[in-house]
Amino acid sequence: MGLHTPMYDMHLALGAKMIDFHGWEMPLHYGSQVEEHHQVRNDCGVFDASHMSTTDITGPDAESLLLKVLSNNVTLLQKAGAGHYSAMLNEQGGVIDDLIVFRMDDGFRLINNAFTRDKVQPWLQQHAAGLDVTIRPRDDLAHFAVQGPNTIERLGSVLNSGRVQIIGGLQPYHGHCDGDWFLSRTGYTGEDGIEILLPASQAVDFFNELIGAGITPIGLGARDTLRLEAGFTLFGNDMDEHISPYSANMHHVVAMEPAEREFIGRSALEQQLAHGISEKLVGLVLEERGVLRHGQPVRIASVGEGTITSGSFSPTLGKAIALARVPVNTAERGEVEIRGRWFPVRIVRPRFVRHGKILI
Amino acid sequence: MSTAPEELRYAATHEWLRLEADGTVTLGITDHAQAALGDIVYLELPEQGSQLTAGQVAGVVESVKAASDYHAPISGTVTEVNEGLVDAPEGINTHPYQSWFYRMQPANPAEIEQLLDAAGYLKQCTA
Repeated sequence: MGLHTPMYDMHLALGAKMIDFHGWEMPLHYGSQVEEHHQVRNDCGVFDASHMSTTDITGPDAESLLLKVLSNNVTLLQKAGAGHYSAMLNEQGGVIDDLIVFRMDDGFRLINNAFTRDKVQPWLQQHAAGLDVTIRPRDDLAHFAVQGPNTIERLGSVLNSGRVQIIGGLQPYHGHCDGDWFLSRTGYTGEDGIEILLPASQAVDFFNELIGAGITPIGLGARDTLRLEAGFTLFGNDMDEHISPYSANMHHVVAMEPAEREFIGRSALEQQLAHGISEKLVGLVLEERGVLRHGQPVRIASVGEGTITSGSFSPTLGKAIALARVPVNTAERGEVEIRGRWFPVRIVRPRFVRHGKILI
Repeated sequence: MSTAPEELRYAATHEWLRLEADGTVTLGITDHAQAALGDIVYLELPEQGSQLTAGQVAGVVESVKAASDYHAPISGTVTEVNEGLVDAPEGINTHPYQSWFYRMQPANPAEIEQLLDAAGYLKQCTA
């Protein structure tokens, strides 16, 4: 039996088809993955993201620890509530995990992937040795992501007036504490959205209120097609411990300034920059029928070869799309091998749909 | 619960087969199969005129989530394929027993008798 979030029984009651997601039994969909996808693009839906890992880091040396273990520079987060996308790298410059970090009143909050916990927690502990910090995994919190263009409006009928005011004033990538609750304007769908961390003991009642207000539950299936259309990378698919952030289009999460900040992985990245980055992620669009999938080989005439890192059918475009790692000197067209046959694909900027609009 | 009409025969690999009055057979995938796959977005049909052996891969059906082979439950020659379904494969989800994939002239009609009946098939699905 796998790990369960506090919403497990609710998912079953809502008719979810459950799957094993890296040891967690999570909803794949509640009937139709494609309908759930459109629901988020056009209106609003709620994801149970409670399997994800939240860690609070407090104490006088909290900032020093994160300046060392994160690729992005947390001193850029000047006020409590400010957050940004970041990564934990190993000494070889590979990605241990990608995450969001917020500055809090008394330290920092990290939101990591679900299944990297066994690597991330020891890594933090190891590098905290000798520092005056407290590392607190927040397994007592549940996590919902309400996503879609009507999120703010829909949540207006569910949250109390104080929290309605809070979410109305939140800038993207900012969060706000309200007692035990933490509300942030973040997400993984390419649409507007609010993520809510709250005590696990209140999660079932609150989830019921969201559903009661007509906010549709959305499974991991739609999460994957929504994030792929938005061009967001997925740890474990598009990058991992052996992949440089520079080969995963994560340049913006690596802060090389100030030059004196010695974060883990820095020297490996400096060497990579000196030698030149050879690969990057591009978007692929299959114009013919078929579905692009993780692992399919890509070839680009007179450029070289690559591999699809994430592929699926795009419900918004009505055709297959993918992220693929290919040589940096790419071209406009390539080919993908599906079951022994080569199919022509268009190579595009890896950002297919944002805020309901098709970008390619 | 998945359905399985009484008048059809079934393969353990989740294909249905209907024996027509002219001796040909019509084939598709079951309700159980479509539900397991989820939203179907792609269908690859066998070539008309091709000869298939019982158990051989006849084609591929893909949902948003996964690709899955489907098999010829019996041996025979493909006489007709449902090109219209390729244009609207989502019909397999909504009407699995009307969404036929292809027709065959059986090589050995006795093989049909060895397939599961509806009760036997559903029993296997719940096992």
